[in-house]
Amino acid sequence: MTSQPPTLTGKQAVLEGLPDHPAIKALEAWNSQAFTDARFDFGELTLTIAATEIVAACITVQKAGYNFFEDMTAVDWFPATPRFQLSYHILSHAFKERIRLRVMLDEADPTVDSITPVWPGANYYEREVFDLFGIHFGGHPDLRRIMLPDDWQGHPLRKDYPVEGYR
Amino acid sequence: MSTSPGAPVLELPAVESAGPRRMILNMGPQHPATHGVLRLIVELDGEVIVSVQPEIGYLHTGIEKTCEAKFYQQVVPLTDRINYLDPLSNNLCYCLAVERLLGLEIPDRAQWIRVLLTELSRLNSHLIWLGTHAMDIGALTVFLYTFREREEILRLFEAVAGQRMMTSYFRIGGLSMEPPLDWLDRVQHFITTFPEKIDEYSNLLTGNPIFMNRLKGVGYLSAADAIAFGVTGPPLRASGVDIDLRRDMPYSSYEKFQFNVPTSTVGDTWARYVVRLVEMRESTKIVQQALDGMPAGPVKANAPKIVLPDREKMKTEMEALIHHFKIVTEGFNVPAGEVYQGIECGHGQMGYYVVSDGTSKPYRVHMRYPSFTTLQAIETMCKGRLIADLVAVIGSIDIVLGEIDR
Repeated sequence: MTSQPPTLTGKQAVLEGLPDHPAIKALEAWNSQAFTDARFDFGELTLTIAATEIVAACITVQKAGYNFFEDMTAVDWFPATPRFQLSYHILSHAFKERIRLRVMLDEADPTVDSITPVWPGANYYEREVFDLFGIHFGGHPDLRRIMLPDDWQGHPLRKDYPVEGYR
Repeated sequence: MSTSPGAPVLELPAVESAGPRRMILNMGPQHPATHGVLRLIVELDGEVIVSVQPEIGYLHTGIEKTCEAKFYQQVVPLTDRINYLDPLSNNLCYCLAVERLLGLEIPDRAQWIRVLLTELSRLNSHLIWLGTHAMDIGALTVFLYTFREREEILRLFEAVAGQRMMTSYFRIGGLSMEPPLDWLDRVQHFITTFPEKIDEYSNLLTGNPIFMNRLKGVGYLSAADAIAFGVTGPPLRASGVDIDLRRDMPYSSYEKFQFNVPTSTVGDTWARYVVRLVEMRESTKIVQQALDGMPAGPVKANAPKIVLPDREKMKTEMEALIHHFKIVTEGFNVPAGEVYQGIECGHGQMGYYVVSDGTSKPYRVHMRYPSFTTLQAIETMCKGRLIADLVAVIGSIDIVLGEIDR
């Protein structure tokens, strides 16, 4: 027995399929150019944002009712380009619903603005991603390694870092 | 010192004028009140806290990296080790995430046993919190009482899973096996006697003037700060934000259970104590409902290529033997995609973010654990307070270092 919720791929399909979604409406009104892609699958909405605009996008969805920063992490798609994907999971206490903001980063310059001015709770999450993926967060108040010792070489959650054995 | 109930004491001493009198105190990593290996670098002006800087990572074992090298079903035992006080919630959250990727439908009986066990697991977590929190404050007796009941819960876990703490009882597609025959009666016996045990703890603590004075008005956290720092679970509800994923975004049939979500608007450590104590009573109600309405039927999904066959079938049927061999040696492929599954565990909102690339091993597993986030609010809660209050605050946010460091 299997059952899957319907899948909507691409921004146009999502805009047509979920015309009244508050986050989509707010982002589309804010900056349609920076809101580059969207996807709805497994009952979850993923909205891709241009890397330079993530802080403004967070402020936009926060005003639209997505008030609670729940989680942030990265995925390494090595050797594909762009290599890094950042996933921000934002929860709405009012709508009882979650969205995922996605940012893609190139390997050459994995830098993105910190969202700690919007949600101070993102502080440790950004430090963790900095520590384990080597992605830099501009404007972060205290960007240090959090899990590993300060003199550690490399970033363990990158795909070119071995799971076991010597590096 | 007398405090009126519900009014946080917020007359902060003027710390700005302190200047050169400040002292840096290194608390931990080996300190009985830090509940593990947490190091706090505390800046003090006399006995007053100026800043608190948590240093974490002493227990970091790279579980997220290890997950990427295991088959999907091999990740389940790793999840137990993260929040070792609430093991079944870890199992549940991971299994739900993978089951959503697979599109598996879980039989009712498995879902109800999952709810029952997760609530017992929550009781386990709350009992340890209560015992250690009270012990930190100086009320040593409560620890002995709560561990008496915790032992009963661990015996119930052992009966179903063969393990007291690292249960790994929930599997992708259901449960590992049907519980033993008299097990539901044993749960019934435990849950019938448990409410009066909560009264016992409450009698020891709730009216105790020393305990009250140590907690009331201490570690105040406003609702706005709690949301800004991403605080979840009982500390968030004690600050007046009424959110509980079990009720608001139900999973695993929680929508079929009736329970109240206790909240408080006071926001101090006392409010967190009261909220958790009431939560224990509500968990008891949920377990009772699960026992009363326990459906009959299988405890594993009908998906022979994903769920291991019963031992009997595996020994007698060719097909089952082949499936068993394939699952154990090759795992099973999970459709490509990404899923974030959030649940409400004993400490707050737990989340598993599973990314699949279509193979039999997860491409990325990320765990969101409540203590990791809540720890960030510790400075806000302690600033301008006495250092003795720091111990009460650490206790009240119910910290587990395994889930912070992962």
